Amino acid sequence: MRKVSIIGAAISKFGEHWEKSLRDLIVEAGTKAVVDAGVEGKDIQAIYGGTMASGRFIGQEHIGALIADHLGMNPIASTRLEAACASGSVALRAGYLAVASGMYDIVAVGGVEKMTEVSTEEAAIALGGAGDQEWELFMGATFPALYALLARRHMEQFGTTEEQMAACSVKNHDNGSKNEYAQFRNKITVDDVMNSGYISEPLKLLDCSPITDGAAAVILCAGDKAKKFCDAPVEIAGSGQASDSIALAQRKSLTELSATKEAAKQAYTQAGITAKDVQAAEVHDCFSIAEILAIEDLGFFKKGYGGKAAEDGETVLNSQVSINTSGGLKACGHPVGATGVKQVVEGVWQLQEKAGARQVVGLKNFLTHNVGGSGATAVVHVLRRA
Amino acid sequence: MRNLLPLIWRGNSERYRLLGSKCEHCGGEFFPQRSLCPHCRRGGKIITMPMPRQGKIVSFTLVHSAPKGFELETPYFLAIIELANGVRLLTQIVDSPAERVKTGAFVKMVFRKIFEDDAEGIIAYGYKFKVVQTVEQTPKPAQTKMIQNNPNKPGKPSLKPQKSKN
Repeated sequence: MRKVSIIGAAISKFGEHWEKSLRDLIVEAGTKAVVDAGVEGKDIQAIYGGTMASGRFIGQEHIGALIADHLGMNPIASTRLEAACASGSVALRAGYLAVASGMYDIVAVGGVEKMTEVSTEEAAIALGGAGDQEWELFMGATFPALYALLARRHMEQFGTTEEQMAACSVKNHDNGSKNEYAQFRNKITVDDVMNSGYISEPLKLLDCSPITDGAAAVILCAGDKAKKFCDAPVEIAGSGQASDSIALAQRKSLTELSATKEAAKQAYTQAGITAKDVQAAEVHDCFSIAEILAIEDLGFFKKGYGGKAAEDGETVLNSQVSINTSGGLKACGHPVGATGVKQVVEGVWQLQEKAGARQVVGLKNFLTHNVGGSGATAVVHVLRRA
Repeated sequence: MRNLLPLIWRGNSERYRLLGSKCEHCGGEFFPQRSLCPHCRRGGKIITMPMPRQGKIVSFTLVHSAPKGFELETPYFLAIIELANGVRLLTQIVDSPAERVKTGAFVKMVFRKIFEDDAEGIIAYGYKFKVVQTVEQTPKPAQTKMIQNNPNKPGKPSLKPQKSKN
């Protein structure tokens, strides 16, 4: 297996893009990434695209073919991958494996989601497909309800409070205010979160990530050829992926996402590091409790101490470990299939010291963590300067 | 338009009678039913097995923002419960005073309408669960309103000896 580096990275603005279609978004992010990489279209040998529910949102499947067509890349091999909210990361991992195996030297990876063409109610149904359709959704569950069940367990077992969960949203909005690509640039307070109204107790509106349109793309290159194109290539030092039961009821534990732990173990082992060697990370905060679970399951804080860490400011920018420097899913936005790739773009910019007001100082290892559904898929990548 | 009828019909034995699966090879019990034992895979031997109809609440939430088809019921309780054989499932908790819906509460299965598909006129029925007393507990009169078949109905003298006030 040979080394793989990222030589180009770009995202579209995240938000409600009434004026842009899915194809507009992926062309925007894709061409910016190609330009950033300094490659020609003809140098790219394969495309891997992630999107969760384009069929449900806009009635369009066959996204691999659509991307190749609209980027003018035919007859390139182009594939769509799906793992619910981890679609972007599994697309990245597929591109990584394709280059690492020696099959290709240069591939393009993209993630995109166009969510605003349907009503909020329809969007909730589409997102619900990430859970167990017949035994969770059928019974009246929503995604906030599933994560609320996890939150309740965490609160009862470890004393985690709603204010501690709110601290995650507050921090993410603070980081988002420094990110020109973020959907939400406003700062919020713990009181704002506490007063935002229950969606499914104990989760409130401002504990939940939004509905967003957006796309992200990266160009991967064989490690030994990367410096030809890029002065500061970023190496994918570790890649891990794992699965767990699709329904919450069949999990062994309701206070952790074991798929996260397994994926992280693989990525850390491959990268030759442990959690304490990571200075910054983008984690999957689809709901505030998910960020608390993530920082525990990734090994940054002991199980049960995630809430306190968030409350005590140990995850803000340039603290012990800077979590969700982009603003996370909460403030930067969550165009589902794009998120996993956006997390990697943020890692690349941080490692190349292009993050402006969000810059993490003294960064050696950057981790990305992307989850599908309520934890049925988890993908972890470790990035560092090549 | 989705044809829900076959999907609803296929799940009847599970939703109406809590019929799950057991693997005769490893003894694992599963709900909902499985055609392949997740532990033994091809080495397993799956048979149908009724699940116990009592359990306890492991976690719960009160849903305020409901998915399509459930709007009229909000707010409603959803819970993960653990049945007497250790198998867990997700279900609504109904017909129970809110203050008694908590982790550890004992529940039993009831048969209820789950949702109605307006477009096709199909009604899906199945299990929901309600909070019940354990044998040892004696409820205060005010709490008996939602519990059926309880001798301590309001107005009836309690059968337990009264504590002396002195």
